[in-house]
Amino acid sequence: MSGTTDERVRILRGREWAHPVRPARREVLSAVPEVDEGRPPLLFVPGFGHGAWAFAEHWLEHTASRGFPAYAVSLRGHGGSEPASGATLRAYTHDVVQAAAELPRQAVLVGHGAGALVVSHALARYPARAAVLVAPVLGGPATAGLALRANPVGTLPALFGGALRLHRRQLFGRELPDADARRHLARLGRAGRRAQWQLLAGRPAEPAVGRPPVLVLGSPDDRVVPPAALTRAAGRYGAAPLLFPGMGHDLMLDTRWQEPLDALLDWLVKDPGRR
Amino acid sequence: MSPSTEHGRPDPETTTLAPSRDGRPVSDRGDTVCVIGAGASGLTAVKNLTEHGFGVDCYERETGVGGGWNWRHDRSPVYASTHLISSRPFTQFPDFPMPDSWPDYPHHSQLLSYFERYADHFDLRRHIWFGTEVVRVEPVDGDRWDVTTRSTGGYGPERTSRYAAVLVANGHNWSPKLPRYEGLEEFRGEVMHASSYKDPAQLRGKRVLVVGAGNTGCDLAVEAAQQASRCWHSTRRGYWYAPKYVLGRPADQVNDALLSWRVPLRLRQWLYHRTLRLTVGDLTRFGLPKPDHRVYETHPIANSQLVYYVGHGEITPVPEVARFHPGGVTLTDGREIDPELVVFATGYLPRFEFLDPGILGDADGSGRPRLWLHAFPPGHPTLAVAGLLQPDSGLFTLAHWQTVLFARSLRLRREQPQRAAAFASRAAAGAGERYAGKVKDSSRHWFEVGHVDYLRAVQRALDELEGK
Repeated sequence: MSGTTDERVRILRGREWAHPVRPARREVLSAVPEVDEGRPPLLFVPGFGHGAWAFAEHWLEHTASRGFPAYAVSLRGHGGSEPASGATLRAYTHDVVQAAAELPRQAVLVGHGAGALVVSHALARYPARAAVLVAPVLGGPATAGLALRANPVGTLPALFGGALRLHRRQLFGRELPDADARRHLARLGRAGRRAQWQLLAGRPAEPAVGRPPVLVLGSPDDRVVPPAALTRAAGRYGAAPLLFPGMGHDLMLDTRWQEPLDALLDWLVKDPGRR
Repeated sequence: MSPSTEHGRPDPETTTLAPSRDGRPVSDRGDTVCVIGAGASGLTAVKNLTEHGFGVDCYERETGVGGGWNWRHDRSPVYASTHLISSRPFTQFPDFPMPDSWPDYPHHSQLLSYFERYADHFDLRRHIWFGTEVVRVEPVDGDRWDVTTRSTGGYGPERTSRYAAVLVANGHNWSPKLPRYEGLEEFRGEVMHASSYKDPAQLRGKRVLVVGAGNTGCDLAVEAAQQASRCWHSTRRGYWYAPKYVLGRPADQVNDALLSWRVPLRLRQWLYHRTLRLTVGDLTRFGLPKPDHRVYETHPIANSQLVYYVGHGEITPVPEVARFHPGGVTLTDGREIDPELVVFATGYLPRFEFLDPGILGDADGSGRPRLWLHAFPPGHPTLAVAGLLQPDSGLFTLAHWQTVLFARSLRLRREQPQRAAAFASRAAAGAGERYAGKVKDSSRHWFEVGHVDYLRAVQRALDELEGK
């Protein structure tokens, strides 16, 4: 296994016991199939700045139409969840694990962007049936350099605790109509200051419980996550990434949103987790 | 293959298709693991064993999950007001949190719904045979086990299946421990064990003597204070009655903050004594005996209300019972009291009727198993007991890690037999180890563990097992 994940199970969790995360009201949007076919539910976790709305746009409905119950959670301080300016990565992880444990069946966790980092931490606290990392931003000092090069004006304030501002060309492909792009950009919020710094510090996630199968997908033309980062992320879980050229970072909002989602669901239909 | 009509002792050359000891056929379940009981520990065993790739047959004598926490079960010790005494972060399974909306100390009915959701979430019920009790568990060649079952209550034929491993999770809070007293037979009042106490109506308007200062005894004394016309509370010694909240937070979370800063025991004891003095105050002025031990040396009692009701005169603390006579009770200080109802909250003893006591290292027949990590018997690498612990914190986290360790040791037997053998000899060498520091010697503290000491030992065992 790679050196970036700590492979030792850590069972003494004094800090988590002594200082449990303060609960925050969570927004969970959902679309469930009309007939329950016994398929596992999917829990979509948006990245920093995004809320559950990003998946409500196209992905939730389409997932449900293919027979999978679909849910999307807004991390605290995002979307319709309770405001939380001091949120930490641990609090975000808590929100995801809580949302997953509330679902009727063992869930598949799908994290987008920095939401993939949150998912990779949540996997150490919840035995997901499978995990999918979409255009994952797994953090570490290199993340800052990349973001600075792509968008210096939007990134610099974030290094000093300000908001990270992403511009249109980073998030969407060329085909997306201007009106849509502007509508999505207007909805972007910001992650907690401490969580942003923790993203840069890049503390490795503890090992995933129950060894879930992991799929990584993204776009080689993503201006937030370069192809090398995709390959590295996939390599961490022993696979190659699935690539969708021509799309921006926000695969779920781009014009060709259906292609990566169908690939993801096809992978799940093969039931990679069943032993 | 030997003919299935042969009776008598088992043939050492027996094959998997040979009959059991009494000549009935044995069905071979291959690599499947048998789990006995679908309570908290059994459920987490089923989940963790299947997660590690094992087939599992779980036998449950009742018709639902939750074991003792399911108030519908006839062996359940819970009463209407039972609440948790450890707060949520310490109580929940480490990979399936209780909902954020629940209180710090959930009610037993919430706990049952938690176990039901756990079973449904991880689809565990398909592995569980409900209404089936285990009659015998016998070792056979190759570290395998013959498990004989029948319908609960003894109906129907017995069936024997052969398993690669057995995990015992039959609970240890269902077989009442009743002390002997002179004259108890002649006592004309009502006598019951706390296991039969379900509802405060049983106490209403009566003169009640509660014997025992465990967490149940204290809960019962508090209920009697509110319901009964008179309440005496008899304890063997003075105890530290810890409030459920200190410094505005659940007391166990404050305690673990100190533990995570690695504050030494002596200093923690001193701080605890200080805090109790500032909050609860000096208990001897209520007539409660002075504790004869330092805090952390007996199983902790978390009860904020006991001292409150003692202070309101609703509970009269009394010493031990010397003897019963037809009309009342004589106490060890010579006082006479006249209760109508005596409730013995004197605890429970573990019972493993289906297993030869020698297998669990109970050579002298005292009923006390000698195991490593209170889970692994020497010389039987494919047998484990889960949940046989009295932690100073929640049990389910500990049972979870016990079953993870068992599942990984079984997996290692398959993948690296030599390393697994080394692990088995480690288990044999460690039988009878304690993980609790200094505690009072009594059957109440047989399985007493400090959760941090215990989990450190499990962590070391896991690291050793995986070669880290």
